[in-house]
Amino acid sequence: MQAFLQNLINGLALGGVYALVALGYTMVYGILSFINFAHSEIFMFGAFAGLFVALQLMGAHDPMLVLMIVMLAAMAACMLLGAIVERFAYRPLRSAPRLNVLITAVGVSLLLQNLAQYQFGSTPRTFPSIIQTIPLLGGSDLVVTNIQVLVILVSAALVAGLTYLVNRTKIGTAMRAVSYDIDVASLMGIPTDRIIVFTFMIGSALAGCAAVLYGLSYPKIEPMMGVNIGMKAFVAAVFGGIGSLTGAAVGGLLLGLAESFTVYYISSTFRDAIAFAVLITVLLVRPSGLFGVIRKEKV
Amino acid sequence: MRLFPMFRLFPILLLILASCTKKAGNENEIVLGEYGSMTGQESSFGTSTHRGIEMAIEEANAGGGHAGKKFRIITYDNQGKSDEAVTAITKLITRDHVLMVIGEVASSRSIAAGAIAQQYKVPMISPASTNPKVTQLGDYVFRVCFIDPFQGRVMAKFARENLKKQKAAVLRDIRSDYSVGLADFFSKEFKAMGGEIVADVAYSTGDVDFKSQLTNIRSKKPDVIFVPGYYTEVGLIARQAKELNLNVPLLGGDGWDSDKLTEIGGDAIVGHYFSNHYSQEDQTPRVQDFIKKYRARHGEAPDSMAVLGYDAALVAVDAVRRAKELTPSAVRDALAETKGIPGVTGVITLNAQRDAVKPAVVMQVKGPKTYGYVTTINP
Repeated sequence: MQAFLQNLINGLALGGVYALVALGYTMVYGILSFINFAHSEIFMFGAFAGLFVALQLMGAHDPMLVLMIVMLAAMAACMLLGAIVERFAYRPLRSAPRLNVLITAVGVSLLLQNLAQYQFGSTPRTFPSIIQTIPLLGGSDLVVTNIQVLVILVSAALVAGLTYLVNRTKIGTAMRAVSYDIDVASLMGIPTDRIIVFTFMIGSALAGCAAVLYGLSYPKIEPMMGVNIGMKAFVAAVFGGIGSLTGAAVGGLLLGLAESFTVYYISSTFRDAIAFAVLITVLLVRPSGLFGVIRKEKV
Repeated sequence: MRLFPMFRLFPILLLILASCTKKAGNENEIVLGEYGSMTGQESSFGTSTHRGIEMAIEEANAGGGHAGKKFRIITYDNQGKSDEAVTAITKLITRDHVLMVIGEVASSRSIAAGAIAQQYKVPMISPASTNPKVTQLGDYVFRVCFIDPFQGRVMAKFARENLKKQKAAVLRDIRSDYSVGLADFFSKEFKAMGGEIVADVAYSTGDVDFKSQLTNIRSKKPDVIFVPGYYTEVGLIARQAKELNLNVPLLGGDGWDSDKLTEIGGDAIVGHYFSNHYSQEDQTPRVQDFIKKYRARHGEAPDSMAVLGYDAALVAVDAVRRAKELTPSAVRDALAETKGIPGVTGVITLNAQRDAVKPAVVMQVKGPKTYGYVTTINP
């Protein structure tokens, strides 16, 4: 039982990060119907941004304050990068076939990876422990650390905030309108380009926040770090039903839990195999994912 | 408009020309090859080894080279990937026509590239690959370090006799031949000495989350954990073990030896033990002299990989000097007879299996970039 709870906590903390990154994929898909493969690299840049800001501020200020600033800085850096990518790589291709945009996305992803390798070097760096890891619940069989709780709480808060933004605000309504039909939305006077760039920025900000949380839990930062987590988050988004916010959040959590339990009860060798087997099974039964809706192609 | 195709071809022509003129080795040079992980996950292995090799080659040249010729080393990066290691060694042999090759640290890559060396019959010396399979590839593959059975045995012996531990858990990197080898030999020896292996779980190179594995190990209540991985993962494992309240000594092999270990592991890695090729506290003049020279040049003390790189190059230079003629096969024959070379990691003699026979030291992590010598275990 203790082991079960321990794996539950570990899996939730891991899944929280997946969920935040998955939201970025799902938002862009929802609005433009293409997979933004560069999203995983935006996550990676967020980690580096957080790392550099943290190294500047560490020790001089209150840890909680530093953490807040680091998170905001990483989010801001990611928003900027997301906006740049959208403006210069995707917007010129708005009316091009979707396959072109998809290939561009892969290209941007590789560009950012290599840029980071060139700029930061490929030797892994250590993310500083901005706040000390303290066990909140410290038995010999069950440990919950403050970092894990932080990851879970921040993820939950961001998901809630995002849901509110999309469903209850004016800009959220505009986002949903653009997602529903971009041409009609533009006829209704919605500034579609601005809404799209805003969507990219929000998705990227979530990735930036996820990157800092990830850095705190797994302090190894390197230019290729986005590849693996990006793939997992993408899977989580598809699993939950791509285009659905709830789907991405739930998908991320479930994937984290699946990995955690697989490694504990079966073997680490099957970590990804089981995760993908679950994905395939779900997609066989529900082709649109857990929370997805199949959109009818308009004739 | 007709000119454009020609213009496009021009850079390609240039490239072809460049690759033709770049014929390595003129009459006055003896060209040796090196491939290593200069970038990537294990980049500190590659760069340290390279620094050591460079120093040995420069000393050899300062000492007059050989037969009026200077030694030159050509180095290629393999980014820490096996397939790149194969490309690098193929390039060294077929394009640069090197006399012999020095490389790699990681056993997986030495095994991949060693097969190529054997195929082309060009001798290869691995500075630090400890997996037995490396030199079993054939009579052209050598090494200047001890092998995994010995390293695994050293830590099993240390755990049983020095630490007096009864129950051990093993956490191995299933994707690394090195790690799997060490884990197997540790388990075998630990059981043979009356101990018990209570858990044997795995992870993969590049993983960052080890909590499930550690939770599993924790439930079996071992009093020592053997983690024969590389420093990046070990640093993270130590942190997560501490977070999970798993406070027993961690033991490992020479894959821990990098300054990145304490950088990533922080406080969590302090107090744990690993086996290694040499200790900076060794007061032998040869060792202290090398440390002084290395420090003067690179501003830090050499790690094991730098020392082994230096030793590998020493052995290489010695073999070239003793070879009857300057062909790969003659150098191979000279290498096979290597005997009593005074290296920094000890006196190097290669046995019939082309492995070096040397003692190992056990070190304890004391703090950031500092390790304390604990004991020496002889073969």
